[in-house]
Amino acid sequence: MWNALFFYLFALIALGGGVLVITRRNAVHSALWLVVSLLGVAGEFLLLGAEFLFAVQIILYIGGVVLLILFVIMLVNLDQAARMRQFNRQWAIAGLCALVVGAEIAYFVWRGGPQAFQLATPVSAGPGEGNVEQLADVLFSRYLLPFEIASLLLLVAVIGSVVMAKKRS
Amino acid sequence: MQAIIEHPWFLPLTVGIVIIALFPLVAAYIVLAERKLLADFQVRLGPMRVGPHGLLQPIADALKLLLKEDVIPAAADRGLFWFAPVISTWTALTAFALLPFTEQLHVVDVNVGLLVIVAMSAVGVLGIIIGGWAANSHYPLLGALRSSAQLVSYEVALGLALICGVMSAGSLSMVEIVQAQLERRVWLAFDNYGLMFIAFIIFLISAIAETNRLPFDLPEAESELVAGFMTEYSGLRWGLYFLAEYASIIVIGGVGVTLFWGGWLRPFPNVSWLEVPLNVVFPLAFFLLAALISFRLSRRLLRFSRWRALLMAATGAALAGVGLLFLLPVAHPTLSALFWFLFKVGLFIYFVIWIRGTFPRFRYDQLMDIGWKYLVPLAMAAVLANALVGMLRAT
Amino acid sequence: MSQFYTSTDHFVLVPAIMLALFGCAILLFDFFLFPEPRQRKWLLAFLVLGLVFTGVGLWRQHRFLAESGLPQITAFQGTLTVDGFALFFNWVFLAVSLVIGLMSYRYLEIEGEHHGEYYGLILLAQCGMYFLATGTDLITLFIGLELMALCFYIMVGFLRTQKRSNEAAMKYLLLGAFSSGLLVYGFSILYGISGSTKLSEISLAVANRDTWDPLVVLALITTSVGLLFKVSAAPFHMWAPDAYEGAPTTVTAFLASGSKAASFAFLVRMFAGPFESTRAVWEPLLIAVAILTLTIGNLAAITQENVKRLLAYSSISHAGYILLGLIAGNETGLKGVAVYILVYVFMTMGAFVVVTALRRAHLIGENIDDLAGLIHRSPGYAIVMLVCLLSLAGIPPTAGFLGKYYIFLSLVQTGHYLLAVIAVLYVAVAVYYYFRIVRAMFVAEAGPSVALASSFGVRVAAALTATLTLGIGIYPEPFLQLAQLPVMR
Repeated sequence: MWNALFFYLFALIALGGGVLVITRRNAVHSALWLVVSLLGVAGEFLLLGAEFLFAVQIILYIGGVVLLILFVIMLVNLDQAARMRQFNRQWAIAGLCALVVGAEIAYFVWRGGPQAFQLATPVSAGPGEGNVEQLADVLFSRYLLPFEIASLLLLVAVIGSVVMAKKRS
Repeated sequence: MQAIIEHPWFLPLTVGIVIIALFPLVAAYIVLAERKLLADFQVRLGPMRVGPHGLLQPIADALKLLLKEDVIPAAADRGLFWFAPVISTWTALTAFALLPFTEQLHVVDVNVGLLVIVAMSAVGVLGIIIGGWAANSHYPLLGALRSSAQLVSYEVALGLALICGVMSAGSLSMVEIVQAQLERRVWLAFDNYGLMFIAFIIFLISAIAETNRLPFDLPEAESELVAGFMTEYSGLRWGLYFLAEYASIIVIGGVGVTLFWGGWLRPFPNVSWLEVPLNVVFPLAFFLLAALISFRLSRRLLRFSRWRALLMAATGAALAGVGLLFLLPVAHPTLSALFWFLFKVGLFIYFVIWIRGTFPRFRYDQLMDIGWKYLVPLAMAAVLANALVGMLRAT
Repeated sequence: MSQFYTSTDHFVLVPAIMLALFGCAILLFDFFLFPEPRQRKWLLAFLVLGLVFTGVGLWRQHRFLAESGLPQITAFQGTLTVDGFALFFNWVFLAVSLVIGLMSYRYLEIEGEHHGEYYGLILLAQCGMYFLATGTDLITLFIGLELMALCFYIMVGFLRTQKRSNEAAMKYLLLGAFSSGLLVYGFSILYGISGSTKLSEISLAVANRDTWDPLVVLALITTSVGLLFKVSAAPFHMWAPDAYEGAPTTVTAFLASGSKAASFAFLVRMFAGPFESTRAVWEPLLIAVAILTLTIGNLAAITQENVKRLLAYSSISHAGYILLGLIAGNETGLKGVAVYILVYVFMTMGAFVVVTALRRAHLIGENIDDLAGLIHRSPGYAIVMLVCLLSLAGIPPTAGFLGKYYIFLSLVQTGHYLLAVIAVLYVAVAVYYYFRIVRAMFVAEAGPSVALASSFGVRVAAALTATLTLGIGIYPEPFLQLAQLPVMR
């Protein structure tokens, strides 16, 4: 009961924040609503018993990503951009597209019924083992390869940002 | 009564309320200590007027802050301007909830405690940036930009240093980290044949940068940016920022103490014959010495004013009383643990103030150089070395 | 070696390790060992060396499969699978990287850009492609795709001072990210259906369901839209002309050959694997996409004045032909896909080598006019261009004919007569716009005679691609054997 209540509460925060992100005119306000939306997602992680993801979601997304977004917004003069005519005058089309896709998904899921998804059985934690330990075990054993490729991916991202920012020699 | 005390929510609630109630006072007195210490470093006296040796200065300051007009600039983004200090204070106080003052005395112990504290400090940065931006003025904006860059940069090194500690302790829960140090028979700062000390130094440097203290106080560099992101704030809102700043110093001190200095454990926790000297005699001597100094000051003050002398004597008596508490065997284990935790945090705060009195401020590019070119690679090397040594020791 | 990293795992991973290792090594050497401008050629040498090592790893896998007679080697609990399919594509990627590396040196000198990062990114992109061809697990496939795509985003925007390059990188990044999002959405549904990220288990779960099971259809639609974006099939092709035009020419060549081949490897893996049992659903969908792709690619190419843009539309239309092979779906069809990709990669790179050589310090050299009278100025490059264009149009005896032959044959075999007719008609259209370039080279008045930006590397690249384009057409046997690899199951 409480779980369901909190689930809907966090879902509302995440979705409401998301809607406000795209409707605010002021870029800083948008970024802050993004924080709210991400906090909602973090709350959902907590409900699922994924404490590690909860903390990492906050550290990386709010402490890292949104912070950098804010940083860029403040460095770039957006006041002028906001006053100029916006290109995104496609509310009707966008809304229609979202509606069609949403209806399609809803229809498919409804037709599929409750047994549509094959839920993976959750692995129960061993004694004295938390979410973090479990995640670490899986990450460094079964998902070792994707983990390592992901590190390569991040390396490329770093190279990319350095290449783009470097002075011409 | 028994039912209330044994209720699972009793201890967390009590500790939480005590923290919230006492913290402003503690912060104010830390400021007094800071002013007095800085004065001492610079061969001055510091605040002397309000109360004996400025003992009531913090209270006067607090009253002034509460009564001041809360000015909001006309061009400011009102909502955010109001809200920003709240974020900072809220996150700092939330982080308090996770500090383990003693094995029992804490609000909550979760299995990702350390990460939650880091997360709270990450969200706390938002308070600074938003505050700086919402004021819609040059100095605050520059201060906010500097602060966001600085905090993000040093969070990396800080996180890596914390990882070293977590690897040794084998847990992210604050209580378990301390318990692991009891099991390993060593404070983590001296673990792995001294390799962990590198991580500790990195932690110390980035902790000072994370709390915006000198020599890393660029976000509010007084001489260049007036008061940085807080320039436009006044009254209670400024006070909230102020509280948040000191709260974050204590929190990060608490994290450092928990992770590297054995938390509530006394020095050499596994040497049993040191139990009485360190847990009873040392605190007793510490407080009695303080009391003695207070009494001597009080006698000297008698020449100037009677009530000042009386107040000083009362302070001395209170200190002596606290010291005598350590002789009671009932309160003993929790009390001495609390004493050691607070004593170590106090040492950390003293260190931070000492640094402030000693070093000049870095230039902005120097700050970034130190963060990215020296601390981060060094921290990575420390993680690697500690992981290797830890693994070899485990097998 | 633990149970999570066995010697088999290592054996399978060696080429990827070599690529990543040399990729990072070049970045470091650029900084520490060879910082001087005149030492840059050593970086290129290390690129080639890295490819040699990778090739050795691939060759050992190839020998092992051939000698043991096993159909495949699986590693990392079924995350990676080295089979004929993976080997074939990895050989193609290897050749592509080699040619791109060779043709880039002089171009980078002219543009005055960094060499180290560029060569490093080539190898790292190829590492991503390796996982795309070898991976049989959704997570690995996706991360491999992103690794490759990220390298390409950077390389497309490599000319930081040119607005055109920046714009291209931005468009490519945004649309690429969008399509990745769609792809992952489809993957999440596939995971929900099967409870596993392994392609083999997903295939089973999908096959166990109704063909028109709504969730399967939803997963199919989103996944295929994401994949079609990556192979730039219409109507998801919009990013391609802009990205191709704005990117550095060598990167355009890499994008048109390597990225496209890798994306097709991924697409074929998905459609011939998990989605095979839902052919009834996706066949009409892909037929529509293929026809649209052929139409848009060929018709839009007619009016282009910019050679890079023209080749971009031509590459879109080639994607349509490759899709036709997948639609036919029989053994000839899949072999046709393999042959076509093999052939396409070389002929398109050959054309881009010539366009690259046209770029000089003061001349962008991308318009058809810039090719005017090329036969008089530098007959060698004109011949190379001619061979590649003939092949792109699909005229015998060049290799392009061979690829188209297999595709048409498979269409006829499986009774898609109408599709075959349409495809043949579009060949006629293609001949028209390719011959605009030929006419410019051979008939038009020669402009001011400026020497082409040639170098040893460019010449080798041109010779290699032209020889192969012609060679595969004239003596196809060994290459057909290579293309037989993916079909062997």
